[in-house]
Amino acid sequence: MKKLIVSSLLVVGMWLPGAGLTSGPELKLDRAPTEKFSDVLSLQRGAKIFVNYCLNCHSASYYRYNRLRDIGLSDEQIKDNLLFTADKVGDLMRVAMARQDAAAWFGAAPPDLGLIARSRSSEFGSGADWLYTYLRTFYRDPSRPTGWNNLVFENVGMPHVLWELQGDLALHLDKSKDAYGNPVDHKTLQLAKPGKLNQSEYDSLVGDLVAFLVYMGEPVAVSRKSIGIGVILFLSVLAVFTYLLKREYWKDIH
Amino acid sequence: MSEQQVDRGRRNILVWTSAVGAVGGVATLVPFVASMSPSERAKAAGAPVEVDISKLEPGGRVIVEWRGKPVWVIRRTPEMLASLASVEAELADPKSERKPDEFTPAYARNQYRSIKPEVLVVVGICTHLGCSPTEKFRSGGESGLGDAWRGGFLCPCHGSTFDLAGRVFKNKPAPDNLPVPPHMYLSDTRLLIGEDKKGA
Amino acid sequence: MTTQNQGLLAWIDARFPLTATIRAHLTEYYAPKNFNFWYFFGSLALMVLVLQIVTGIFLVMHYKPDASLNASGVPVAFASVEYIMREVNWGWLIRYLHSTGASAFFIVVYLHMLRGFLYGSYHKPRELVWIFGVLIFLCLMAEAFFGYLLPWGQMSYWGAQVIVNLFSAIPWVGEPLSIWIRGDYVIGDATLNRFFSFHVIAIPLVLIGLVAAHLVALHEVGSNNPDGVEIKKKVDPKTGKPLDGIPFHPYYTVKDIFGVVVFLMFFCAVVFFGPEFGGYFLEYNNFIPADPLKTPPHIAPVWYFTPFYSILRANTVNFFYVDAKLWGVIFMGLAVVVFFFLPWLDKSPVKSIRYRGPIYKTALVIFVICFAVLGYLGILPPTPERTLTAQICTILYFAFFLLMPIYTRLDRCKTPPERVTFDH
Repeated sequence: MKKLIVSSLLVVGMWLPGAGLTSGPELKLDRAPTEKFSDVLSLQRGAKIFVNYCLNCHSASYYRYNRLRDIGLSDEQIKDNLLFTADKVGDLMRVAMARQDAAAWFGAAPPDLGLIARSRSSEFGSGADWLYTYLRTFYRDPSRPTGWNNLVFENVGMPHVLWELQGDLALHLDKSKDAYGNPVDHKTLQLAKPGKLNQSEYDSLVGDLVAFLVYMGEPVAVSRKSIGIGVILFLSVLAVFTYLLKREYWKDIH
Repeated sequence: MSEQQVDRGRRNILVWTSAVGAVGGVATLVPFVASMSPSERAKAAGAPVEVDISKLEPGGRVIVEWRGKPVWVIRRTPEMLASLASVEAELADPKSERKPDEFTPAYARNQYRSIKPEVLVVVGICTHLGCSPTEKFRSGGESGLGDAWRGGFLCPCHGSTFDLAGRVFKNKPAPDNLPVPPHMYLSDTRLLIGEDKKGA
Repeated sequence: MTTQNQGLLAWIDARFPLTATIRAHLTEYYAPKNFNFWYFFGSLALMVLVLQIVTGIFLVMHYKPDASLNASGVPVAFASVEYIMREVNWGWLIRYLHSTGASAFFIVVYLHMLRGFLYGSYHKPRELVWIFGVLIFLCLMAEAFFGYLLPWGQMSYWGAQVIVNLFSAIPWVGEPLSIWIRGDYVIGDATLNRFFSFHVIAIPLVLIGLVAAHLVALHEVGSNNPDGVEIKKKVDPKTGKPLDGIPFHPYYTVKDIFGVVVFLMFFCAVVFFGPEFGGYFLEYNNFIPADPLKTPPHIAPVWYFTPFYSILRANTVNFFYVDAKLWGVIFMGLAVVVFFFLPWLDKSPVKSIRYRGPIYKTALVIFVICFAVLGYLGILPPTPERTLTAQICTILYFAFFLLMPIYTRLDRCKTPPERVTFDH
């Protein structure tokens, strides 16, 4: 029996004691597989999924193709396998689709994804957690123009692009009451029609994509931390010296 | 403890602290100084440019932008090539011997200033004050440059003239020939401007 | 020293008071020898100011104050910040230093001000030192507010929208005034450009002038200290130098350098390992470009403004024919302005908390707690319970100042010592 992954608690009530920083509903997010973030092969697979599935509509207009060298790809590999929307490896990841057309087709122009992993952070989880949950919780909803809806992004404009891989999910609603007596909708998703991948394969693929989106949000993040270690070590040494200097002078003061 | 010893200890710690501090100071300067050198965007704009010359007619020219400068690719006709030898006496530097590293890479130090005799690749910026010369390919009176004109380029700013290999004529304001940028052939009809085999 | 050097120095001194200035402010400026931990924050504030100016100069080389959309539909200003973060060599470091520096500035300045409350640093004869300090704090708030619009993210945009709209609460002139400040009917390109001008030129000029005045006034009257003892009253009869004073250089220069290095360790830890600081130094919603058509679900100012923002929101009652919105603005303004009057509100005969009675100690603790609670509430969306808490804290905040002339007179102070206490 293939039961799905995710259940989300949407609290229908005016006030929740100790609610977090936003006034929006509480989100229950799955944790993204962070071990993939530092795995070069994951990042390379993620880049490939991104270019094939996302870049048709979403730009990443702060990011240059040749920066993919960061994750171990050569200019030749980039040019042969990933360069669909530009001519030169030095170009930015833009989309050909005109923004007005996009806005007309989807209700809003698809956002640039360069910073999506940073901007989706919240007190409910990191941006990666949000994306990892979002990309795995599309379900069929005939009332929507695209035929798709999403658990963490209600009435989302984007159709389920990875649908062929994941398959069709259907929504199941259970009504219950929480400890305070407020009505709670317990939403679960169940696989109605299998896709090309099984559940763990699909989760792994989404994990790769999320790892790439996290990396793309701040390409310098890895080297930032390693430089930081050096800086802190240096400052520790300098602190010892400046402390000794201070003590040397201050021994005269009584 | 004598006065002398105290001073020496203090001087040692002062020198060492200053030395470590100075290392930190210099290391802090690095990012600030480096931030003023060309960014990734500038480098991407300055990246080598590929040109397809399969559709370039004899006597025709394409202009491509490389590092914000016009680079001319000209497929010269046999008559144009013949003109090169005939004007040599009137040129300031016919053999391109002046500052060859800057103006003429080794593979262009020949009578045609090019890898393939018929295909000329030069940066279309006058070596005088940086204007871009206009083409005056027609020879004789039609060019407006007198009957002796054998075809070449005229800089509109101060009247410097160049032959069909980008070599400057004598007694003109421009001091040097038009520079030949680094370039190489990726295939018979695909030209890469901005990079040559030396760098690859 | 060689004779040539002396010759050059003599040449300069005949034309410019170089040696005299160094003596007056460093080698012969006598500071009390009993400075403690709290006395690091003045020099740290100066260091952060220099850091902000230097990083700011380099950011301006790449930043573009332009609200129009680029080919990818991203505002040019927003894209130029990402350009700095990704494409300029080391641009990410310079930007993180600047963004972390903004928060660090407020941390350091709040602690510096708390030091003033602890040891009565605003008492006679240091009233002007204090007033220049409050003016610096006002400038700093303006500088931070103008600077926060520049990344042109959602929080930048809507934060500026809310604050500029405060001016529209002023009767009669409010609406035209807020339009005049924006230069448009909404926050737009004109607003971005003028805020940029204020942030990089106007306010920094004033700020540097005020910092100079703050230091000149301080060195005129001399530094206070944790005992609140005037060291100038006990001088060596032979040399005329304060018995409890030591030359600022080298003693406090070496001490402050050590303080700076320790501060930099904390500062760099944030810059390199958590520049967003959990969404408090760089807010998550500010990674979304400004969208005039869509307000984020919850907007809060950056953490350093939240105590005052809470005071703004706390008043929900119309009274004296003035509506609640305007009272909120008035209270927020007064919450800052009241600092100016501190030297005259405090009637205590002693300066330092060490010799004050229990009433002031209790009052100060309550004040600091209220300030922190107001700051915390300012981050959260309002609920009836939180608004009530904020109202209580606001009343206590003002009571601390307005009742000060009464309770500081009633307090039972100890007699401060003649000389400073100093444990080696």
